[in-house]
Amino acid sequence: MTGAEILWECLVREGVDTVFGYPGGASLPAYDALGRFPIHHVLVRHEQGAAHMADGYARASGRVGVAVATSGPGATNLTTGIATAMLDSVPTVFITGQVPSKLLGSDAFQETDVTGITLPITKHNELVTDVARLAPALREAFAIARSGRPGPVLVDICKDVQQARTTFEWPEEPARSGWTAPAPDKDQLARAADLIAASERPLILAGHGIVRAGASRLLTELAEKADVPVALTLLGLGGFPASHSLCLGMMGMHGEAYVNRAIQRADLIVALGMRFDDRVTGKLETFARHARKIHVELDPSEIGKNVPVDVAIQADVRETLSALVPMVPSRRHRAWLEEIAEGREDTRSRDLLHQPDDGRLYAAHVIRELWRATGGDAVVVTDVGQHQMWEAQYYPHERPRSLVTSGGLGTMGFALPAAIGAKMACPDAEVWVVAGDGGFQMTQCELATLRQENLDVKIAVVNNGYLGMVRQWQEFFYEKRYSATPLLSPDFAALAAAYGLPACTVASRSGMVPAIEAVRASAQGGLIEFRVEQEEAVYPMVPSGADISDMIRRPAPAQEATA
Amino acid sequence: MKHVLLARVQDQPGVLNRVASLFRRRAFNIDSLTVGASESRGWSRMTIVVDATRTSARLVAANLGKLVAVEEVTDVTHLPTVARDLALIRVRCAPEERGPVHDLVAGFRARVADVGSDSVIVEAAGTEEDLDSLVKLLRPRGVLEIVRTGRVAMVRGGNNGTES
Repeated sequence: MTGAEILWECLVREGVDTVFGYPGGASLPAYDALGRFPIHHVLVRHEQGAAHMADGYARASGRVGVAVATSGPGATNLTTGIATAMLDSVPTVFITGQVPSKLLGSDAFQETDVTGITLPITKHNELVTDVARLAPALREAFAIARSGRPGPVLVDICKDVQQARTTFEWPEEPARSGWTAPAPDKDQLARAADLIAASERPLILAGHGIVRAGASRLLTELAEKADVPVALTLLGLGGFPASHSLCLGMMGMHGEAYVNRAIQRADLIVALGMRFDDRVTGKLETFARHARKIHVELDPSEIGKNVPVDVAIQADVRETLSALVPMVPSRRHRAWLEEIAEGREDTRSRDLLHQPDDGRLYAAHVIRELWRATGGDAVVVTDVGQHQMWEAQYYPHERPRSLVTSGGLGTMGFALPAAIGAKMACPDAEVWVVAGDGGFQMTQCELATLRQENLDVKIAVVNNGYLGMVRQWQEFFYEKRYSATPLLSPDFAALAAAYGLPACTVASRSGMVPAIEAVRASAQGGLIEFRVEQEEAVYPMVPSGADISDMIRRPAPAQEATA
Repeated sequence: MKHVLLARVQDQPGVLNRVASLFRRRAFNIDSLTVGASESRGWSRMTIVVDATRTSARLVAANLGKLVAVEEVTDVTHLPTVARDLALIRVRCAPEERGPVHDLVAGFRARVADVGSDSVIVEAAGTEEDLDSLVKLLRPRGVLEIVRTGRVAMVRGGNNGTES
């Protein structure tokens, strides 16, 4: 077989049936062989889109997403997407073409040091200069991408390696598969169970690890048995059903005030598959200072990184929970739950959706209407910014992998391509893009990919005429000096129409439902531009680096509104 | 406090780059890092000295352990070890001073490795403290150049320090 054939054969054997890519000089041999293999290639319009599609594919399905690019600019265009997958631990494999091995280091046409550039943003990478090494490198790449804390792996394949011939040998087992976590430590498990049993004000903080490990059911068992409320990180949303009476919703910078207050009042924090990101903890010195802390985390380098803990269990969260649930006594925390519920009422009264109708259209209305129309059952893929936080607040997620969003890197331009990937992975799901006017314009070229693939992806562009989240910070912390945040946009509906997509514009509350229902009914997807209130802020908000209970809140309503 | 980590790593191109990149990216402060061939083919051994007042040695070890090319990392700080640093020191030395210099360095179990017309190269192996003392004693004579390897370490007794 040629190296090019070995590449696709290995992908097929790894279970890959879809790749996202863009051909070029250094990947010509690979593309020439592609047609002989049962792999569907999605031609993107920009390699960043390919990376986000592979990422969205992986997040929505749990399977490894694959993107392919050529050398030089093709590879460098992937990097934003690779870093996005790295920060959010998404299992992805990136294949790049490279100049012929004898030209390496000569500044040949379209040569860049791709393994050097991607070294800090991949879990692992390898430059393949010998065809004998190709199959083992690919076998290892998939194993490493999946193992332990998942992440992106890049394999850079020289053009002459793609052309060279060798006998294909599929390694039964990869020689290297990356690190895996040990089994949960019995002593630490016992200590954790004791702390939970003794706690009066316990709180579970659950993150992306729950989703990755498929531990939602066990999390529910633990919460119900020990009667412990659950707060979620952004990437944890859906990991515990939002409608569950013990679900508090999102914590952190834009978490609800009663959630953050509960963290600060808790006497025990049970952190499950989350990494105490600064958007969650706010000021570290005052974070949950009355609480003992149990940290269940796969990655040993995350334990004790930001927050010192009393009990550390470095293990898979699912394995840990299945051992821990039987060890925890059944009990009730009525007083604690009532205390939290009181705060919930206050939050409810300040909620935009409970304010008197001022006739204006707010993003919150759009998100809530989407939730209502889809029965909360869509896969929602968001971009980054205000609309992302409103999605988190107003679209309650009931099941894992129903929210796809860039958390760690906060990558604008993520939504449209990631949604294409999610739809390819889950063709039966109703997939909605929720994007702002800024982020959508970063990767809107992928509308062509959407059409070329004839995919039914539904798009809501929430247009407030600003780079809204930056504008909000300028409003709060820079005396409303709106530097470079007002933003001209095209007529998004006309733009979508130019790509052959059904599209319309909505600027009133009454226009929302018919527009959403029309797009829902369309088999070709469609785009709705919602022109929403321009200077609305995401409330509540913890200023960067502040104590998480020190929140900027929406002003309390007048007395009659609360009555 | 200085922590000493021993790591068994694959002897492949770019491994040192991966380790160095990790330290830079995580803003880890490293006092010294040495790498060289080990007893088995295809494997190298690194000795890394971390100033744990500024950087958690446990986090350095945990991050190192995640690199695919790193097989094992052990913190040997609290184990009995033989730890050595090798130094080459070029000292100004007139021909008639060669005898006194020879005698002086002999007290440190060091030796004169090369003799020039007006200088000598002293070769010394020992702990960092030993070498610091030797350099201090040689200073008044005129130290022209120093190269040091940084610490290499091995656990005493039967345990090679990288097996549990």
